[in-house]
Amino acid sequence: MTEKHLDAELHTRGTSLYVDDVAPPAGMLHAAIYGSPVAHGRVKALRLDEARNAPGVVAIYTGEDVPGENQIGPVLPDEPLLATDLVEYHGHPMAMVVAETPEDARHALTLIEVDIEPLDVITCPRVAHEAGHILGTPRTFAMGDTTAAFADCDIVVEGRSDVGGQEHLYLETQRARAVPTEGDRIRVYSSTQSPYAVQKACARILGLPTHRVEVDVIRLGGGFGGKEDQATSWACLAALACQITGRPTQLVLHRLDDLRMTGKRHPYSADYKIGLSKEGKILAFEVKHFQNAGAKTDLSLAVLERTLFHSTNSYFIPNVRAYAASCRTNLPPNTAFRGFGGPQGMFVIESAIAHAAEVMGVDRSEIQKKNLIQEGQSFPYGQQAERARARRTWEEAETNFEIGSWQKEIADYNAKNAATKKGLAAMPICFGISFTATFLNQASALMHVYTDGSVSLSTGGVEMGQGLSSKLVRIAAQALRISPHRIKVETTNTTRIANMSPSAASATTDLNGSATILAAEELRRRFRELLARELGVQDAENITFEDEKVFYCDEPTDWTWEKLVAHAYLSRVSLSAHAFFATPNVWFDKQKETGRPFAYHVFGTAWTEVTVDMLRGTYTVDRVRLVHDLGRTLNENVDLGQIEGGLAQGIGWMTLEELAFAEDGRLTSHALSTYKAPDGDALPDEIDVRLLEDADNPVGPFGSKAVGEPPLMYGIGTFFALRAALRAAAPEAELAFNAPMTPEKVMMQLHHNRLRTLWETPPTSTAAPAAAGE
Amino acid sequence: MTTHVEFWLNDRRVITDVPDGMLVLDYLRKDRLLTGTKEGCKEGDCGACSILIGEVVDGVMRYQPVTSCLTPVGEMHGKHVVSIEGLNLPNKLNPVQQAMVDRVGSQCGFCTPGFIVSMCWYMMAARETPTLEGFQRAFSGNLCRCTGYAAINRASLDLVEQFGPGGQWASIWQADDRLGALMEAGLLPGYFAEMPKRLEAIGEMEEVPRDDADVIDFFVAGGTDLYVQKGELLPRAQVKILNRHPEMKGIRKEGDTLHIGALTTFEEFGASEDVLAFIPEIQDYLHLIASLPLRNRATIAGNIINASPIGDMTAIMLALDTTLVFARGETTREVELKRFYKGYKTFDKHPAEVMTEMVLKVPAAGTGVYFEKVSKRRCLDIATVNSAAKLRISDEGVVEEASLTLGGVAATPLWLEKTGEFLNGEVLSETLWREALRIAHTEMSPISDVRGSAEYKRLLATQLLTAHVVKAAPERVSLDAMLAI
Repeated sequence: MTEKHLDAELHTRGTSLYVDDVAPPAGMLHAAIYGSPVAHGRVKALRLDEARNAPGVVAIYTGEDVPGENQIGPVLPDEPLLATDLVEYHGHPMAMVVAETPEDARHALTLIEVDIEPLDVITCPRVAHEAGHILGTPRTFAMGDTTAAFADCDIVVEGRSDVGGQEHLYLETQRARAVPTEGDRIRVYSSTQSPYAVQKACARILGLPTHRVEVDVIRLGGGFGGKEDQATSWACLAALACQITGRPTQLVLHRLDDLRMTGKRHPYSADYKIGLSKEGKILAFEVKHFQNAGAKTDLSLAVLERTLFHSTNSYFIPNVRAYAASCRTNLPPNTAFRGFGGPQGMFVIESAIAHAAEVMGVDRSEIQKKNLIQEGQSFPYGQQAERARARRTWEEAETNFEIGSWQKEIADYNAKNAATKKGLAAMPICFGISFTATFLNQASALMHVYTDGSVSLSTGGVEMGQGLSSKLVRIAAQALRISPHRIKVETTNTTRIANMSPSAASATTDLNGSATILAAEELRRRFRELLARELGVQDAENITFEDEKVFYCDEPTDWTWEKLVAHAYLSRVSLSAHAFFATPNVWFDKQKETGRPFAYHVFGTAWTEVTVDMLRGTYTVDRVRLVHDLGRTLNENVDLGQIEGGLAQGIGWMTLEELAFAEDGRLTSHALSTYKAPDGDALPDEIDVRLLEDADNPVGPFGSKAVGEPPLMYGIGTFFALRAALRAAAPEAELAFNAPMTPEKVMMQLHHNRLRTLWETPPTSTAAPAAAGE
Repeated sequence: MTTHVEFWLNDRRVITDVPDGMLVLDYLRKDRLLTGTKEGCKEGDCGACSILIGEVVDGVMRYQPVTSCLTPVGEMHGKHVVSIEGLNLPNKLNPVQQAMVDRVGSQCGFCTPGFIVSMCWYMMAARETPTLEGFQRAFSGNLCRCTGYAAINRASLDLVEQFGPGGQWASIWQADDRLGALMEAGLLPGYFAEMPKRLEAIGEMEEVPRDDADVIDFFVAGGTDLYVQKGELLPRAQVKILNRHPEMKGIRKEGDTLHIGALTTFEEFGASEDVLAFIPEIQDYLHLIASLPLRNRATIAGNIINASPIGDMTAIMLALDTTLVFARGETTREVELKRFYKGYKTFDKHPAEVMTEMVLKVPAAGTGVYFEKVSKRRCLDIATVNSAAKLRISDEGVVEEASLTLGGVAATPLWLEKTGEFLNGEVLSETLWREALRIAHTEMSPISDVRGSAEYKRLLATQLLTAHVVKAAPERVSLDAMLAI
């Protein structure tokens, strides 16, 4: 079986197709979006006349032109497609120019004028919380009695932890193309992780029943959560223009607009309190999470929920009280991003543990190890750990990577070197798999077998690079017992699969792969019935398939796959099967905040080594070694790519990816020149990934486990490795739990007294002549 | 604009009259429907739009990778433009593509064509047998958001194995005709053999006289900053493509004076034997400064005229006591770079003047030229603070020459006049250096912005200046002592 990525040949030849690579239909128009120039204000006037008269402009649309409902909020109806009276973030879409060329459309944007009465801008979630700007209702997960437990603790520490957001930086910006078909029907090609969300929203916007809108997705040039919900508005806008003008319309966001107008990973601020016994057992943990949701609800409440689910990471803590509030600010609506709030939850408990370890004078890893969750112990939301592998991955890492001598090497290095210091940190992860909105845990597959034996497979899953198609082919081939070369995975299309869940939550292969297996089983059931008649036997259950051949009671027959399929057709046996899968045994009671939200958990342990240049405040991530629980892998190369790629994004999030907003709510890290994602140089050359062996997962397709999100959280170890290196240089320094740890933070925390030492009174520098731009 | 530009696009001859300022990227995707070249950022930061530009140099084809999002069509006359489609073999993958497929170096695929272009270029241009580090430098301008580069490194190692010592294709590095050898190895399609002949058949460009020839909106050199800042205006504007004037390119040594043509690119500067003689580390510095596709386009004069307070090449040229030569018609004028800047993005140049060359004295023997830069990302990021130094310290520790610069701590690139004056002629010691830093401190005036707080920049400036001295004279100013302050 192939261990390759099925699209790779097309990718390397540049012949794989994304939305706007398909040859444009004649007469296609191009759209561009006018975004609010202020972060908060009341719209007094929007002057479009000059732009309307600009060359090439066909039309300009505002919220008032929406024929259906001007509303795209996926969870709560609080998000107009185009803002009318009130703008709530810088870049908030207000109008759409439709023109003959993209250049004409963008040129016309510069001629639009607007009067906006400015209102107060809030960018900090704590300020928003204080002011009562809260989305939905704050949630609290509780287990045991923290108040009583703290009284019994030998050590109690409290502190604050802050973690920044993250730009998805999918290489392909948001885009969609809408094409009229006939009458009031429309087809939308969208770069979305959620074709059904796009279909529903387009229908709502256009005032049409859902079935009038067909959404088709070939593939995405990266998603990472950024196209789970936020691909929707761009598709709706293209559809709106297409519907009104009757002409195909394409909207491709310019990178700068994509950065400015779309939401990102949620920044969080948190207060924590942790209590331990003097032996290092964590007895109690309290945390308050303040989520920076941005201006609209989007998926923030679901993200918030997952923060709570992962507030204790891989640890068993008997007494927990975790509060979380989604705070409304004047930033673009923050949204799903690989990990979906989980990483932010984990960062706080890891900060609390690091803080406690420093106070106790022990290595952080000692406390981590002592508290790993074990079989049957409960998470704060009531689910018990099953097939708990936190300890197994920890111990395998300890053995494989000879942690003891590694730690000693680092200590020796630091004793001998002043110019550079090294840091080493462990990061165990435990990530729950399933949509926490239980109803989303469903999927369908549609399998057609053609009379030549070739197979077409449609599911609700979207290929965004994660290798879904490669895994589905493997699953279908294994389920049908035929060669993978016979199977083709189709585009994701709402006319073939209805009501699909988004490709998200790491669950796409689990759900759609399981549905694929059911479809294959249905076909095999029909084939066995047919064969039993042909072979003149009663015991159809003794008919089996292997390597495209039919066996009866383990003896070969002269039936092959091709012969069987051709015969089934002539015998008028259906060669198409549709199957439906719903994850069994998952539920959650939001009233009691307990349940069994996850089908299973993914476990792992990573160790990260860094070196900090004490003079320059710069650093390198030298190596990451990890043991990961994949269950039984479906495609080792694809899974390895998910682990390494997720880790890279996690390292980026913790180190150099810094979103900067001015006080007026404007994104100042507004381009790829100011927002830096890791290049090859910024990542470790040595990434040693060991997969846990003999780790079957009875509830995943063919024993596999989800892989998309969990590895990102290994990246959190980088922050703590950097902190360890700083500690080695400056044991007494005040170090904040504030990610990302940019070179600036390293320098300022290491040398904050240095300026004063060198110059008694550093001159203030407010009188500089001008901004130091590029 | 009605200039006819004739060039070869992959295996096809093209004559076009699209505007000179139109981007090659847009031309490929929109006019030619060659959509393998992707648009990721339109500012040269992601490499998804990488292509190769080939021209005949001394009778053989030389190719360079560039980002097509910053390259004007008007400059393509007589060139061979190679997009990913032009690297494809009819019915099979080339070894670079095959290695990327085998190692799953591609996930979402959007960056992949750019990586393939960069890696194929490396095979075409590597001076010695390929190495992992060589591949990494070749694709250092390509961003991938999916793989974390590990699988791409593994693909590179496969190629090192096949083409390195003992590998199946180890002999091609000795071949006189590298491209021919690569065609034989199935790495390049056969039509590449025709290119020198084809390009030589293209005549000089006929510039059709314009009605209003004097109205030039923009002079375009490398375009790497101009297209980022004015990218939406240039295709509609009257542009003058300076690279059609090769006389403004190249480095010439006359006695102890170096004449650097204004259109000399970063990469040409770094490859010059004359420069390597006094800055042996120039390639390492350039690796921090910009990706190869940008270094192939960005000109040193452009960096100076862009007048960014944190121009990296400007910092180096400033430390080297460079003089700028401007021409206006028949008149020429010289300005010292250290006197050139008047304020933020303002300088001593008439709009009608064109910089023709830069002149500097080759540093005396025993002089070190140092460059330091700190940015959020180590490589290919705009500096928070940069610094260059030209230092000559005698065996007795006397500072015979100290020319120090800082970028990012003032409205202009800063030449530390007072600090240099203070140091010159003194015996270097840790005490003296601390005093020098005090003086340097009075010369800066940083402000807080997206690249860092004013306080951080001030601190960083101190550290980077110290880094030069610690490198130049560790026995006089020790790192440990400086860290202990």
